[in-house]
Amino acid sequence: MENSSTPTMEALRNELERLKAKTTRLEKSRKDQLSIAIVSGDMDKILAAMIISLAAAAMDSQVKLFFSFWALSALRDPKKKAKGKDFISKMFGIMLPNGRNRLKLSNMNMCGMGPVMIKSLMKKQNVMSLDEMFKEAANLGIEITVCEMSMNLMGFKKEEMIDYPHLRYAGATTFVADAGESSMQWFI
Amino acid sequence: MTTEELKALKSNLTVDARGTACPGPLLAAKKAIGEIESGEIMEILSADEGTKNDIPRWCEKVGHEYLGFFDEDSFSRLYLIKD
Repeated sequence: MENSSTPTMEALRNELERLKAKTTRLEKSRKDQLSIAIVSGDMDKILAAMIISLAAAAMDSQVKLFFSFWALSALRDPKKKAKGKDFISKMFGIMLPNGRNRLKLSNMNMCGMGPVMIKSLMKKQNVMSLDEMFKEAANLGIEITVCEMSMNLMGFKKEEMIDYPHLRYAGATTFVADAGESSMQWFI
Repeated sequence: MTTEELKALKSNLTVDARGTACPGPLLAAKKAIGEIESGEIMEILSADEGTKNDIPRWCEKVGHEYLGFFDEDSFSRLYLIKD
């Protein structure tokens, strides 16, 4: 009796260990995490990205935002200036929105009338402003990664980026790695 | 729970999120949940229609027990028990 049950127990234990290892691997590969690559610098798209990120963070999902290309305008601090830029970088700096409050709408921008109207509507209907959203995002531990390559390409410098507690500089590999272990991976 | 049962509940904490739109009420609820103990009741006031769908989904995900809601004139009262 003893002899016949011992190997069964042993087999079960092995099987259990194997399953445990597999579950750990699976859990690691599909974390409760949202990764968004934000490329658009349109006000409406940045708003959407921030609202969804806040909701996800409030629901205890880890949120990692990867800002690149046009979206970097939203991370510029209008109070900061960077020195030592060449002519093209300076031109880019002048032509692109200086900070999240100067972003344009993807539709109905109407030479800046659209964003003014949207902002007043948002206020009227108690929707948080982008400033408040970034503050909440910082409180909830939402991570922002600046794509260093596109930042250099567009002539922006680290010195002119916003003060944000969970800001880091990295490349596409970081986004791919983050996205790979996230259960939600988006592109805006 | 029926509206009568909900009205009879004694909440340990009321979160007034009537001054904010989506996702404000969820953020307010998430912040306040730390102030009560497991098994205690939280009441959320929201004027945002979407909150009635959002709060149950949040509870479902993080493990709180959603009890239900009822409407007042210009807002709703939602109830949950902390996990």
